[in-house]
Amino acid sequence: MSARDEILANLRKLNLAVPMLPTLDADWVRFDKPVEQFATMCTAVGGTVVPVPDKKAAIATISALPVIRDAKRVCSFARDILAGNVDLDAESDPHDLETLDVTLAEAILGVAENGALWFDSTFISQRTALFIAQHVVLVVTKETIVHNMHEAYARITSPRPGYGVFVAGPSKTADIEQSLVIGAHGARSATVLVVG
Amino acid sequence: MTKARPVGLFVPCYVDQLYPDVAMATLEVLEKQGLSVDFPSQQTCCGQPMANTGCDGQAEPLARRMVSLFANYDHIVCPSGSCVAMVRHHYKNFFGADDAAYQHVRKNTFELTEYLTDVLKVERIGGRFPHRVGLHASCHGLRELRLGHASELGRGVPTQDRARHLLSGLQDITLVELSRPDECCGFGGTFAVAEEAVSTMMGCDRIADHERAGAEIITAGDMSCLMHLEGLIGRQKKPIRIMHIAQILAGRPVDAEGPR
Amino acid sequence: MSEATATHSDHPKRATAFIKDHTRAQWHDQALWFVRTKRDRAVDLVPEWQTLRETAAAIKAHTVARLPDYLEQFEANATAAGATVHWARNADEHNRIVLQLLQRHRVSRIVKSKSMLTEECHLNPFLEQHGIEVTDTDLGERIVQLRKEPPSHIVLPAIHLKKEDVGDTFSEHLGTPKGLSDPQQLTEAARLHLREKFMQAEAGITGVNFAIAESGGIVVCTNEGNADLGCSLPRLHIACMGIEKLIPRIADLGVFTRLLARSATGQPITSYTSHFHGPQKGGELHIVMVDNGRTQIRQSDDYRRSLACIRCGACMNTCPVYRRSGGHSYGSTVPGPIGSILSPSSDPAAHRSLPFACTLCGSCTDVCPVKIDLHHQLLTWRKDLASLGLVAWTKRFSMVIASFVMARPWLYRMAGTWGKRIGRWLPRALLMKGPAAWMNPWVRSRELPPLPAASFREMFRKRSRTKE
Repeated sequence: MSARDEILANLRKLNLAVPMLPTLDADWVRFDKPVEQFATMCTAVGGTVVPVPDKKAAIATISALPVIRDAKRVCSFARDILAGNVDLDAESDPHDLETLDVTLAEAILGVAENGALWFDSTFISQRTALFIAQHVVLVVTKETIVHNMHEAYARITSPRPGYGVFVAGPSKTADIEQSLVIGAHGARSATVLVVG
Repeated sequence: MTKARPVGLFVPCYVDQLYPDVAMATLEVLEKQGLSVDFPSQQTCCGQPMANTGCDGQAEPLARRMVSLFANYDHIVCPSGSCVAMVRHHYKNFFGADDAAYQHVRKNTFELTEYLTDVLKVERIGGRFPHRVGLHASCHGLRELRLGHASELGRGVPTQDRARHLLSGLQDITLVELSRPDECCGFGGTFAVAEEAVSTMMGCDRIADHERAGAEIITAGDMSCLMHLEGLIGRQKKPIRIMHIAQILAGRPVDAEGPR
Repeated sequence: MSEATATHSDHPKRATAFIKDHTRAQWHDQALWFVRTKRDRAVDLVPEWQTLRETAAAIKAHTVARLPDYLEQFEANATAAGATVHWARNADEHNRIVLQLLQRHRVSRIVKSKSMLTEECHLNPFLEQHGIEVTDTDLGERIVQLRKEPPSHIVLPAIHLKKEDVGDTFSEHLGTPKGLSDPQQLTEAARLHLREKFMQAEAGITGVNFAIAESGGIVVCTNEGNADLGCSLPRLHIACMGIEKLIPRIADLGVFTRLLARSATGQPITSYTSHFHGPQKGGELHIVMVDNGRTQIRQSDDYRRSLACIRCGACMNTCPVYRRSGGHSYGSTVPGPIGSILSPSSDPAAHRSLPFACTLCGSCTDVCPVKIDLHHQLLTWRKDLASLGLVAWTKRFSMVIASFVMARPWLYRMAGTWGKRIGRWLPRALLMKGPAAWMNPWVRSRELPPLPAASFREMFRKRSRTKE
């Protein structure tokens, strides 16, 4: 008997009463000012929040950012905001990204309760780029900010096959004596432009 | 006029033998509220130490005795959260759900502070207690009987703290603020002996918290916690004292003697 | 069992040794209490926290009851997305499946992100025996790996170490300057060192926080970015999970992602919550689903609820015993309250001290995001251990005596009166010191309780007579 068959058979030997799967329609938290809450939480998780009025301002602000100005290699998944100088597609070898300085990407949505931003492989052709770059610059528009994770999951569709990720601030660790260190193995900083 | 039926006083075995004044104070507090109180003299032990050691077989006969001794009282009151929790939550292993005597006893056994606050609806116990008091939140009372607010539940779960409510009503009392409001004292029954090092460290940490908060007296609803803390305090010859909450509510003076 | 540290857990002995260095034990306690307070602050900001807990508990209860159906649904959907699903009855099968995958791809260097399941199966030593270099990439895990120690906490593997200890380890293995102990600089050194490992890895192994039946996806929650680097640079991604990690719907993630990080570290969410549906282009995703005793736990009405565990570690952070004895005193892969319930299932004799390493304070139950009745299950384990004859005869004998005495009021009264009389008469030296201290650990650090001549019942009887 295969392991699969044996495990399933053993599980099915037991006739358990099945408690109902709850519907998820409780009154989940909503904020009076979700965009402000997003900014507060994004800062709390280590992000640097930069509000800008429109896309034009976003473009100008980004090109003036020190991480961008000092960058030799920039990967952009939002070509309308910044061209970048690294050509990337699904067939590329992610190892070529080792010296990547900055990755720029525009989020599909943001979550007010925790400052997280959702990205997926529809627009991110190489997931490694979000983690291997020394810094990330992320863009989110006001209208896409939802209140909580329940709303977020209701809106997103993870491509299948595909990849999606909630990014909340830069990489971090507190593994050494509970001392918070920003910048572990992923991005050392996350600049988040909130547009609108 | 018919006299009201007496309440049954349930006294933990070690309180009966080692801290009889706690039971006497409980008696006085209840009588002061106009109740007549009966002490069924055949009672001994609720069986908790046996159950907590995994010896349900040894706990069961004691549980049966307890239920039959108290079945005829409308209300049963006990100055111990852990004994009451044993009866209300852990006797179910020993009785059928349709056992009327067990169900009656289960539904009508109360810890002292909850009886005063929830059943007798006492607003203020009269008296003056001009001392700095640290309230130790005994775990069984706190988390099994929900006599107070467990800090880990967060602000979203408001629970009236019975002991705090009753103590606050005493004139000139100061309830000090602890850095860890409801950490366990480390007694834990046989744990105190089987895991002596951890038990001792936990007890010392509790005492230190009360000392830093400036408490003169540590009080609690469970004498087991206080027995453990008192043992440490006595060995270390510290000036801080312990009193069961029943003794404070009954107006006992603080023991003027120095440490043993 | 191959692991050196833990075939027999003797918690009291190890805890005593841990506490001997009292300053360090206090430091450890304070470090973990700090994590508990961070959790409390996060919980206070979520008004519907208790509703989330109840909902999560209900989702898990439903899922565990219908587990075979959800496993099949997950397998079908994961396969449709291009992943390959493997089933393993136990740790040995899991290890062999992983080894075969690596050998088939001629892999000799792998990186691994945090996975308690792989710890449970002792995967690292097994792979190393077969010539595969395994680098744990979570910073805490890398530290303990270099020190050849097991992790002491499931979320904070190196919580038992001071920064100076880490400095010493890095100085020895990574060439950092002797005496360097600044966490920022040490982390930087680890970043550079592990970057090389990521770049050179030929396969990446991750754990799985949640597996979604409805879509066949797996979710991995991390802060450091190591899991994603580890499974996107190499083309081969192996994800290892216990079968209890299933949840039915994507929407259920809304509940669990709100509970996990807040419970674990007090963060509103981890830096990265990665969702994998099938492999990346040109790559392979293998998901290894492991039973290893979970079916057996599911069979028990008493312990089934422990399968809801999402491995957040909150129970450890709040446990006053764990904080003062450290994860290594438990001698089990998962320590603390949940570990003391899970480990005895696999080997009750070896882990018989664990359910007693507890005062039944109940704080663990209150912090558990999925409402496992942890302290009640620990109490039930004591009963089961007694039935298995695994409770020390001294303990049981004293309870038999106590029960005998307590069932007979006349005997109880006599024992009380005479016990106290003798106690008051004996010299203190005999009661409290020397052999007494050995026989009665109470007196090592504590005075005995008072031994009053009159019991309450005697006082009550006198008082009633006076009143009449």
